[in-house]
Amino acid sequence: MSDYLQSLSHLRAGLDAGAFSARELTQYYLDRITRFDGALNAFITPTPELALAAATQADQRLAADERGPLLGIPYAHKDIFCTAGVRTTCASNMLGDWVAPYDATVHQKLNNAGAVMLGKTNMDEFAMGSSNENSAFGAVKNPWDHAAVPGGSSGGSAAAVAARLVPVATGTDTGGSIRQPAAYCGITGIKPTYGRVSRFGMIAYASSLDQGGVLAGSAEDCALMLQAMAGHDPRDSTSANQPVPDYVTELDQPLAGLRVGVPRQWFTAGLDSVVAARIETAIVELESMGAQRVDIDLPDAELALAAYYLIAPAEASSNLSRFDGVRFGYRCAEPRDLNDLYERSRSEGFGEEVQCRILIGTYALSAGYYDAFYGRAQKARRQIAANFEAAFRDCDVIAGPVAPTVAFNLGAHVSDPATMYLEDIYTIPVNLAGLPGMSVPVGFSGSRPVGMQLIGSPFTEGRLLAVAHQYQQRTDWHQQIPAAYREGAA
Amino acid sequence: MSSMNGWETVIGLEIHAQLATKSKIFSGASTAFGAEPNVQACAVDLGLPGVLPVLNAEAVHMAALFGLAIGAHVAPVSTFDRKNYFYPDLPKGYQISQLAQPIVSGGSVTITTGEGEKAVNKTINLTRAHLEEDAGKSLHEDFSGMTGIDLNRAGTPLIEIVSEPEMRSSAEAVAYARKVHAIVQYLGICDGNMQEGSFRVDANVSVRPKGETKLGTRTEIKNVNSFRFLERAIDYEITRQIELIEDGGTVQQQTRLYDPDKDETRMMRTKEAADDYRYFPDPDLLPVVIDQTLLAEWKASLPELPDAKAARYQSDYGLSPYDAGVLTSARAIATYFEQTLNSMGAAADAKLCANWVTGALAAQLNKANLGIEQSPVSSDALAGLLLRVADNTLSNKLAKEVFDAMWAGEGDADSIIDARGLKQITDSSAIEAMVDEILAANPGKVAEYRSGKDKLFGFFVGQVMKAAQGKANPQQLNEVLKARLGPSEGSS
Repeated sequence: MSDYLQSLSHLRAGLDAGAFSARELTQYYLDRITRFDGALNAFITPTPELALAAATQADQRLAADERGPLLGIPYAHKDIFCTAGVRTTCASNMLGDWVAPYDATVHQKLNNAGAVMLGKTNMDEFAMGSSNENSAFGAVKNPWDHAAVPGGSSGGSAAAVAARLVPVATGTDTGGSIRQPAAYCGITGIKPTYGRVSRFGMIAYASSLDQGGVLAGSAEDCALMLQAMAGHDPRDSTSANQPVPDYVTELDQPLAGLRVGVPRQWFTAGLDSVVAARIETAIVELESMGAQRVDIDLPDAELALAAYYLIAPAEASSNLSRFDGVRFGYRCAEPRDLNDLYERSRSEGFGEEVQCRILIGTYALSAGYYDAFYGRAQKARRQIAANFEAAFRDCDVIAGPVAPTVAFNLGAHVSDPATMYLEDIYTIPVNLAGLPGMSVPVGFSGSRPVGMQLIGSPFTEGRLLAVAHQYQQRTDWHQQIPAAYREGAA
Repeated sequence: MSSMNGWETVIGLEIHAQLATKSKIFSGASTAFGAEPNVQACAVDLGLPGVLPVLNAEAVHMAALFGLAIGAHVAPVSTFDRKNYFYPDLPKGYQISQLAQPIVSGGSVTITTGEGEKAVNKTINLTRAHLEEDAGKSLHEDFSGMTGIDLNRAGTPLIEIVSEPEMRSSAEAVAYARKVHAIVQYLGICDGNMQEGSFRVDANVSVRPKGETKLGTRTEIKNVNSFRFLERAIDYEITRQIELIEDGGTVQQQTRLYDPDKDETRMMRTKEAADDYRYFPDPDLLPVVIDQTLLAEWKASLPELPDAKAARYQSDYGLSPYDAGVLTSARAIATYFEQTLNSMGAAADAKLCANWVTGALAAQLNKANLGIEQSPVSSDALAGLLLRVADNTLSNKLAKEVFDAMWAGEGDADSIIDARGLKQITDSSAIEAMVDEILAANPGKVAEYRSGKDKLFGFFVGQVMKAAQGKANPQQLNEVLKARLGPSEGSS
């Protein structure tokens, strides 16, 4: 099996050729989870029995000569996607052992494709966080350095893929929650255009920003997974009614003539110099492959950060109102009356960061403050989108940092959430504008990986994936495996 | 009530009409009334994590029809907002409604108050009508100190119809509410069932000294579920407010509930700690865009509405404005009336029909507290009776007797007439024979009559009618008697 572990297409070849069964492949990854996840804590709920049953089914389909890109391929879900029969926690005590009576559209699609879910991964509670430390199920460690955070909020998915506990995982990205942990963990991640992937059954943090996507070992693997996840969903009014291109075919687009925009404002004092150097080197590599560097202006990143921390909490304060202790989830013991039920259920059920954002959002929407806060934030959002539109007149893709630094130490920002919020300064504008963005590993700073962000105009996932894929044909950063997890992996 | 002199009442109504869609406004669950609690609430209605609303196109169609019917502006683009508040029967912790850009704005309806010569028409302008979802129900009885939650109603589509504060009396308010009620039923967009809560009225009431242009502090009377209660609740509230002010007090802005048993309104909550609903655009829903071609098609599809129908009844059938108004006040009454006329075929007599529908039938329905749809006497059956009136088989008096028998379930008009032998005697020779017999039996009275005691005429009529068991055609009887008795000297 070890000859086939380096990519989904290798696994595909092995399964199709009968070199191993889906069940054997699943067992291989389940064994790794058993062996390594005690230290890593990437999974909240591993589902070995269900995984083996799904793998057996996949084997039957394979035996019946059925073929499909993901048939029999193991994956993990960020624990924000609803799965009938398996609890969905959002890493919150508020949901605890709640089991959805329905599958998220993404889960349904992956099920239909014959992919095999190995379990559900850790995350920041309700996707609020950049370090995966805000989890009721404990922090996740960075496989490259256990003293470091894996990033967040999709930290469990990123760590699991980096440690090769699973070849590919889903994530969600509201302000950087796929790209930043992908960068911190040295893997490849894509946040598609807003509306590309259905949000049905994906528990909402900030509805106008949330977007499901992929964390994987390579751009090609991202393409294969995204292909299965994307598409219009009548159950999500905001999902785009646009055909999904063949991302795998598009991977072969050459870079010749491609204009790569490099935002001047992003390579300034706030950016770690090693991170900047690695990205510069990667851009030079793209140039060597025929791409043309264009320095562009992309102002107002601070404005975007401020707008995000009003819009996202505002939407969250409303989205999370349903967690009231009345119908499902956590309920406080012996409530005295209705207000006591609300107050204590929510105070005891939600973690601190979630409560903080609910308070900010409630304030931002309050009568008398709406115009000053939410109203102005929406204006800023339109400005950010306009800035990108202007930038894309001069370039085809934008390349820059994912985050100002590499993964920071566990506990480093716990007492100062505002500096943690700065981690998302390069990713947040992309969510505000609804654009597709990727994180591609481009080297290391010490033991910790550096990610480069690629940003495209709406629905240009195919081109982003192609740029990343072409880059990965020439580099092997994406193939690096953390030393502690190399044994038995490839 | 004398103290009301010098005061002017200002009333505006907010009407919540449940739209008669098969499924809910943002989910596929059924909207049928009366199911076991919580069986008609799907994951979306329960507000489970991860679910998303999908707008029911039929609800948009129905709201737009209402806008078109009242001559309002139907917005080519309208948007949904979230109204945030915590309550156990509001599963998501917010209600999806329309604040900033409602689907319908403006428009007006014409109301009539008073009858006959005193009838007055008035135009009431509407502010807006917007789409929103209904909440579930909190059931405070039967749970020994706890509250039961039934979410079957959660997500039922509503239009909230908001009037300008242009009504000046409870009578105007009731006339306006009835007119809106008629319109939504004519359009088929609401079943109008007030008992089941399909059509709920909130009244904003304030008073001010006559001549004052500033509005007084208002109170809002919530969820009144009949027109009669609406009238009484408003009247109570007007008196309460005037007395309060005349006693030196001030009206507090409050939400009040009408208690029909005690015939009074009482405070539900003050508005001082004003609710902050933290409205903001719902990010789960796209703007509602109505194509102008489609809107034109919808406009062309509008049925004949109450005012147009009433005008037609007056011009085509010669009915009085009052009768035309009563007959068109509800679609079901108009339908009954038209079906009765139809069933009478060539002998159709609109005035006769109108008299019966607004008279005897309405009285019985009222007494039995039934809607015309539930009338035990169908429009066909009534037509059968009216045919016998029109062809003189029955006098009006006998017809009433037959109608009562029909109401009691004794069969159709003809079989009751046969069974009871109620056929009017119109054969002149038979009437002559009866008259002759009575005159022969009362020679003394005949002589008295002829010598001038003309009041005895009534006596002879009574005697003949008695002999005829009331079935003699009264007109013919009069004629024959007059001819046989000759002149009474005293009468000349």
